[in-house]
Amino acid sequence: MKTRISRRRLLRTTALAAAGVLGATLARTVKAAVQKLAVSSAGPKGYEPTKHKWLMVIDVNRCIGCGLCVEACKKENHVPQGPNYFRTWIERYIIKKPKPGSTRGEVLVDSPNGGMNGFPPATVPKEEILHSLYVPKLCNLCSHSPCVQSCPVGATFDAPDGAVLIDPKYCIGCGFCIQTCPYGCRFLNPITRTAEKCSLCYHRITRGLKPACVEVCPGQARIFGDLKNPVPNDPIQKFFATNRVQSLKPYLGTGPRMRYAGLDEEVR
Amino acid sequence: MTMEITNTIVQVLPRFEGYVYPNEATVQPLWGVLIVVYPYVTGLVAGAFIMASLVRVFNVKALEPVYRLSLLTAFAFLLCAPLPLLFHLGHPERCFEIMITPHLSSPMAVFGFVYAWYLMAVLLLELWFDYRCDFVEWARTQTGFRGLIYRLFTVGVTDVSEPALRLDAKLSQVISIVGIPSAFLLHGYVGFIFGSVKANPWWGNVLMPIIFILSAIVSGIALCAFNYLVLGWVRRTELNMRCLDVMGMFLFYALVVDAAIEALDWGHRVYEAGESFQILQYLATEKLFYTLRVGQALLGTAVPLILLGLLQLFRTRFAEIVRKRIYFASAVLILVGVLAMRWNVVIGGQLFSKSLRGFMSHKMEFAGTEGWLMAGALMVLPFVLLAVMINLFLSTKLRTCKRETTGPLPA
Repeated sequence: MKTRISRRRLLRTTALAAAGVLGATLARTVKAAVQKLAVSSAGPKGYEPTKHKWLMVIDVNRCIGCGLCVEACKKENHVPQGPNYFRTWIERYIIKKPKPGSTRGEVLVDSPNGGMNGFPPATVPKEEILHSLYVPKLCNLCSHSPCVQSCPVGATFDAPDGAVLIDPKYCIGCGFCIQTCPYGCRFLNPITRTAEKCSLCYHRITRGLKPACVEVCPGQARIFGDLKNPVPNDPIQKFFATNRVQSLKPYLGTGPRMRYAGLDEEVR
Repeated sequence: MTMEITNTIVQVLPRFEGYVYPNEATVQPLWGVLIVVYPYVTGLVAGAFIMASLVRVFNVKALEPVYRLSLLTAFAFLLCAPLPLLFHLGHPERCFEIMITPHLSSPMAVFGFVYAWYLMAVLLLELWFDYRCDFVEWARTQTGFRGLIYRLFTVGVTDVSEPALRLDAKLSQVISIVGIPSAFLLHGYVGFIFGSVKANPWWGNVLMPIIFILSAIVSGIALCAFNYLVLGWVRRTELNMRCLDVMGMFLFYALVVDAAIEALDWGHRVYEAGESFQILQYLATEKLFYTLRVGQALLGTAVPLILLGLLQLFRTRFAEIVRKRIYFASAVLILVGVLAMRWNVVIGGQLFSKSLRGFMSHKMEFAGTEGWLMAGALMVLPFVLLAVMINLFLSTKLRTCKRETTGPLPA
């Protein structure tokens, strides 16, 4: 009978150990939740994230494809050089005239080096082009972000002010968020080995500045503002009042808050 | 094909076709061969466990000779399962965050719990209860390092009285019953990780977890048959043909169900022909021609189906040696086919752009974290562990407890 008690004791000890691990997990989760709140409000002194709702919208008709925004973003945010690391990039769509009897011509899409150095002349003769457009791309600020949902440690999170942020000290570099972002907005930084994406230049906007890309855009294609604190003649309010707008891949249910004016159906 | 022609890009790096988002234009896919190995290994674990549970839960007595081998196979592979994940992480030193601060809306966060549950509460316990009587016996009779290991494994519990052994058998069975849904959970969640990615039409599919579970069962049974045959040849012992035939039968029927569900998935995709159909069709027919059509469909499914099907129909007409060779060939083909299936899912899903306008290409390196060498080493490691375990726990020199429900390897 002695040994049976011993077995029972063994099982009990194992169960206690398991309960201990679970308890520690619970405690750490609570601690992490508290920390996260602190992180999301970690702007400069006096910055209150709950009192803002930042948004960027794009007027495609105004983009000239100069690529200054891409360059400014790379410099401002120390984005690694190289043709496959971008927090923002520009796509060029060239839609050729349809052949007789068809509704749509060929569509040519490119983004050489993310559009950072502008675009080479189109190889298509001018008279064959129906439309062409430049489309700046960046984080779509989803309200049901698949990246936030899929991050296994909660390193990616929705800030109360509308930004979707990444805590690089917490990211384990699994890449799941990169896979789940339908817009290709994320990449794994080869230096920090963590996921990276547009933060709306959080370090600037929390200090009353505009994101770098907005600041340098010569055509004012990128419009940025605070939905909770509209200024007189607010550009965002004006944008919504004067344009019919669209979002990218709305059928996926990610609820992108980013809006575009002047998009074409070919843009994904 | 039309899309390929219409979406010719103006300026593009040579390894890409069409337009891909700049962040996707990487030399290596984000999830490389390590993430191919990971679901393959966990699938083998789940399948080998289901195989073992056929004996305990469903009372298939004919499979008794491979019961312990199946459990040890599952155990050896489970111990290696987290390694590819760990090596793949950008920050492996932060891996425990996934367990201590899990973000519960992420299917990946469940990994730690599912893994710990399966290892600690299912496999280790089932093995321990099954081996307890033997450990007590071997701890008494064996000396030296071997004896020390057996003494450690008894964890001080030396009661081998009849009621105690009855309790062991009962607990073992309970754990087996709990283990079946656990095995489904272990591998189903891996399928869910891929199936839940709605951004990727190749992955985002409600059938994905089911396909993963079924292919896991098939690969697990194939692995057990492979191990049993190889062990018999290495030890030059007589194999139990009844056991092999029954294993072949289960392998055949599992493969039929697996092939049927995968065919249903294909049929559904083709009939639905949604927005992504064109690009996926090109992916399946051109980009993944060798691994999908040849590796997975022909060699990994059709050929073993025919071979094993023939044995179901005309078993008595084949000599034992022919049957053994057919089982061996089928097991190897299935193992290769399921590996190809994992490759097609993981790598295939990263060969096309989420813009649905272009393709990336993939060339595996030899050395490096995501290279052939690493993948090979991670595939060999569980077999090395298994060899050590077989030497320790399935040794022909050791006398096992005389119990009806457990038996040593081949009679």
